[in-house]
Amino acid sequence: MQKQAIFQAKLLPYALVAPQLAIVLIFFYWPAFQAVVQSFLLQDAFGLSTTFVWFENYIELFKDAAYFEAIVRTFLFSFAIAVSSLSFALLLAVMADKPLRGSMLYRTLLIWPYAVAPPVVGVLWIFMLHPSLGVLSRYLRGMGVDWNPLLDGDQAAALIILAAAWKQISYNFLFFLAGLQAIPKSVFEAAAIDGARPMRRFWTVTFPLLSPTIFFLLVVNIVYAFFDTFGIIDTMTRGGPGTSTVTLVYKVYSDGLLGGNLGSSAAQSVILMVMVIVLTGIQFRFVERKVTY
Amino acid sequence: MVEEEGFRRYVAHIILWIGIAIVAFPVYIAFVASTQDNALIANGQMSLLPGGHFFEVYYQTIFVGTSGSTREPVGNMMLNSLVMALLIAVGKIAISIISAYAIVYFRFPFRMPIFWIIFITLMLPVEVRIYPTYKIVADLHMLDSYAGLSLPLIASATATLLFRQFFMTVPDELLEASRIDGAGPLRFFWDTLLPLSRTNMAALFVILFILGWNQYLWPLLITTRDDMQTIQVGIRKMITTTDALTEWPIVMATAVLAMLPPVFVVVVMQKLFVRGLVETEK
Repeated sequence: MQKQAIFQAKLLPYALVAPQLAIVLIFFYWPAFQAVVQSFLLQDAFGLSTTFVWFENYIELFKDAAYFEAIVRTFLFSFAIAVSSLSFALLLAVMADKPLRGSMLYRTLLIWPYAVAPPVVGVLWIFMLHPSLGVLSRYLRGMGVDWNPLLDGDQAAALIILAAAWKQISYNFLFFLAGLQAIPKSVFEAAAIDGARPMRRFWTVTFPLLSPTIFFLLVVNIVYAFFDTFGIIDTMTRGGPGTSTVTLVYKVYSDGLLGGNLGSSAAQSVILMVMVIVLTGIQFRFVERKVTY
Repeated sequence: MVEEEGFRRYVAHIILWIGIAIVAFPVYIAFVASTQDNALIANGQMSLLPGGHFFEVYYQTIFVGTSGSTREPVGNMMLNSLVMALLIAVGKIAISIISAYAIVYFRFPFRMPIFWIIFITLMLPVEVRIYPTYKIVADLHMLDSYAGLSLPLIASATATLLFRQFFMTVPDELLEASRIDGAGPLRFFWDTLLPLSRTNMAALFVILFILGWNQYLWPLLITTRDDMQTIQVGIRKMITTTDALTEWPIVMATAVLAMLPPVFVVVVMQKLFVRGLVETEK
């Protein structure tokens, strides 16, 4: 697409793009390039000499059981967060889409958690479910659950998933509601005339018509679970107990920070970049489809 | 007509209120905890109703901070967060709108390569390149500075794409008209295009402000001095100490204060927020 009416000027356009171009080159391309270069280098223990080692850092990574576990864990977390948050948000959106009194108020009361920062989400949930002082832990223990997410890895993982899904409800709700409102009401009327009961109407009419939204949200939720859970994990468990809540992003952070193993950390960054590019690519393909839909 | 029977409508109301309760409960607990005595909380005896220490706790949180390791008033952290969020939001909008203007309204060599160079940054969130970016910021002596906090987060393609899309929909006649009036490119931008972009800028501002205020990993890495901490980083440091020493009422008051500005923005500017969210995600 091109504009017909344009200005003629030699230097002005360059001056206008210069600030953004400068920032992008300095803070995006140069570091990304550095990450790629570093991922092929091996530094000795004192950081005095570096040698070019081809793919050794990558090979080491894939031989490392801890890295493999982190990959599997990240995908499991993503899947659990996406499915639980999406299904709960869809239920709420379907309810809020009905012609109810006070539906604007409902929307307001359901969307604000979008604005709560991940580390704060972590603090809120660890406080409620803290083994010794959490208000909800009392009830869990009352029910006979041996609740201690600070010692039990599975419970820690469950807590992270719960908190991360909670934060994402509002975002999913908003997009589901928009998706539902975009479906012409006549479609439902036709289904109702055909005698379809509400539950059947949902599964045979609403759900299929909503599938572009669902797919879009699925990708967004996976990206969210990959990156934005860092703050939640860091305030709640620091990746622990052991390594039971270490995700890929958390591992890049902790390996680079503690181990100082820059080559491996850089290789991990490059792998993450590839994953993001794939996910974004999927999203773009989908957006194109939505336009022609 | 698809009529909703009364019973179903009641069920919908009930489900929605349950949803609202689930969404609000953690925040309610945080508020309640921020008004109680620490000893009570540490014993696991916390009441589910607000206590009587509201003013005392919030005064100490904002002006003094915790008495433990990170003795930094939360008021100062909020100021840091505010400056960072505003720099990110205003900076992003400013540099994106002028580069989008250049790309749409001018023909110049390397126009498309430049567009692609900006576009590709969509795919590189700061999390995947943290250490190399950290090193560059350190080499530029920008650690512990507002520039270091905001500059690496300013450049992103979303805003540029959004403005480009919007400019494409602006009728060409407007440009012809202002040209007849003798206006040059800068004049047209300032007098015509900028006023037309007001709603878009506002919607974008709301989203970027929230995203900026909520930044965590980047400020965590590049701030070492306590007085440069943002509130999100500060709250994490408050619970680093052993559980017994954590001053929970202050931590929870900090959590409430950290939520207040972005939640306020979402609730008060809901229309702009929804618009910004939907448009930046396209």
